Amino acid sequence: MAFLIDPEIEERVGHLEIPFNQFGVDPYGISRTDLAREFTILRWFYRHYFSIRVSGVERVPAHGRAMLVGNHSGGVALDAAMVHASMFFDMNPPRLGQGMAEKFLNSVPFFSQFTNRLGHFTGLPEHAVRLLEDERLLMVFPEGARGTAKLYPERHSLVQFGTGFMRLAMKTKTPVVPFAFIGGGEAIPTVMNAYALGRLIGAPYVPITPYLLTVPLPVRLEIYYGEPMRFEGTGSEDDEVIAGYVERVKNVIAASIEEGVRQRKSKRGGRSA
Amino acid sequence: MRVLIPGVSSAIARLVAERLASAGHEVTGIDPRPWPNHPPAIEIHAVDIRKRAAEDVFRKRRPEVVVHMATVTHLTERSEERYRINLGGTRAVFDHCRAYGVQHAIFVGRHTYYGAAPDSPLYHAEDEPPMALSSFPELADLVAADLYACTALWRYPELTTSVLRLCYSLGPTGHGTLSTFLRGRRIPLLLGFDPLFQFMHERDMARAICHAVEKRIRGVYNVSGPQPVPLSVIVRETGRVPVPLPEIVFATMLGRFGLPKLPRGALGHIKYPIVIDSSSFRAATGFSHEYDEVRTLRDFREAFPPPES
Repeated sequence: MAFLIDPEIEERVGHLEIPFNQFGVDPYGISRTDLAREFTILRWFYRHYFSIRVSGVERVPAHGRAMLVGNHSGGVALDAAMVHASMFFDMNPPRLGQGMAEKFLNSVPFFSQFTNRLGHFTGLPEHAVRLLEDERLLMVFPEGARGTAKLYPERHSLVQFGTGFMRLAMKTKTPVVPFAFIGGGEAIPTVMNAYALGRLIGAPYVPITPYLLTVPLPVRLEIYYGEPMRFEGTGSEDDEVIAGYVERVKNVIAASIEEGVRQRKSKRGGRSA
Repeated sequence: MRVLIPGVSSAIARLVAERLASAGHEVTGIDPRPWPNHPPAIEIHAVDIRKRAAEDVFRKRRPEVVVHMATVTHLTERSEERYRINLGGTRAVFDHCRAYGVQHAIFVGRHTYYGAAPDSPLYHAEDEPPMALSSFPELADLVAADLYACTALWRYPELTTSVLRLCYSLGPTGHGTLSTFLRGRRIPLLLGFDPLFQFMHERDMARAICHAVEKRIRGVYNVSGPQPVPLSVIVRETGRVPVPLPEIVFATMLGRFGLPKLPRGALGHIKYPIVIDSSSFRAATGFSHEYDEVRTLRDFREAFPPPES
């Protein structure tokens, strides 16, 4: 076995609809070897460390362009990593969920290298359009950095959604698959955000937990994928029209979170979820 | 056609000249640098494009097509001289084109026009502005020459102007920025960064320029070959040894230990990718590359095996 690469996962990576060349690299620089190593590591977190429950994965299109749009849950990109893992481990054939990374990440050594090799490019409209026109699957968190900054008591809330994703979805005729992610706020219970510390390392902030470190706890995480939503138009409509469509997506996600939290509470006998 | 190539002695320009000559065109070259044993069918004038003698060549030969390849891209040349050659030379070429009735002028530029920056997109389109000049001002002359050539599109509507932005070349002649970077046994890289590099075989590059001549395209076009690959793959496949260094160490070593003395901004080019979308060029000319990335790297490695340690 190559270093930290499970042969079974390596074979599964070969089933992704990604046009790797002879060097195992796609036209965007995504590396087959790095994906196999990443998923080998992620599998342990996905299958063993966290207790993950996924529902509605069959609603995600098996092929072609699509945009997974959901809420941020947890102070770091734990939600994105688990949705990414869910697309790989729970879909048959597997799909590669590609995230849109925060701009600062590309200038940080190693983060730059790894995000690019794994297909998570800087969140630029040009990247999103090109990837969608190449029939890729994008993961979008319209709350942006505001969403990951939610503190523990706000963990099931939604902050303001950006509208750029909707214009891109309409322009590229891409279905939007809303999803709700629950449990990230318990895995990383943020009590405060250290903005000054963040500036020191080039990040917007660093989430601080009661145990200080930003290390996720082994809790139950849940992902609910909703029915694909399609929005007709060119993407150049008035702000009010776009905001109305975004609100529809946000309402679906909010309803899924509410339902998920209710079920979570009932399983715990009414205790706080 | 009567074709004039300023800068004909460069490696790619020679391939272009030979290809056009063998296709039956009447090829004349201008370059103060020698081209020993050039094909007899190609007439060479050893003059500087900025001098009167170069204008005489335009006057006497009356070219129908001019392929301007007399720009300096390597950064070891002094900035002032580079500026004079690149911008002054480009101005002279377009002035002469207009004065002597040239029908088609091709400016052969570089994809580095777009700049390398952490927030710039992969696959630049032709309508994007030049970025990252603030971090790499030494490239200003090449960007200015490119933009000056673009002005001919509206200043001289009677002249068909093509501005080509080519990615790096690689091949058996060993000329060009990327080939020079790969010349040694150990290749310094920036620790924690592995940008995509886009290159095309030098023969494909010459073919692409000839396609632009034949098809007489008008406008600005990116020109590239096969898909880009990470720099680490290029280093590995050419048999070189990667030496990843922290940026601060790398910057300190520039100009020492056998590393070229480069401006600090040049580090951006081994930190972030510059990748271009050449679909417009391919659609306009029907060009497709013959050498894929595997064969191009193999050809370079066979011509330049890794030096013994």
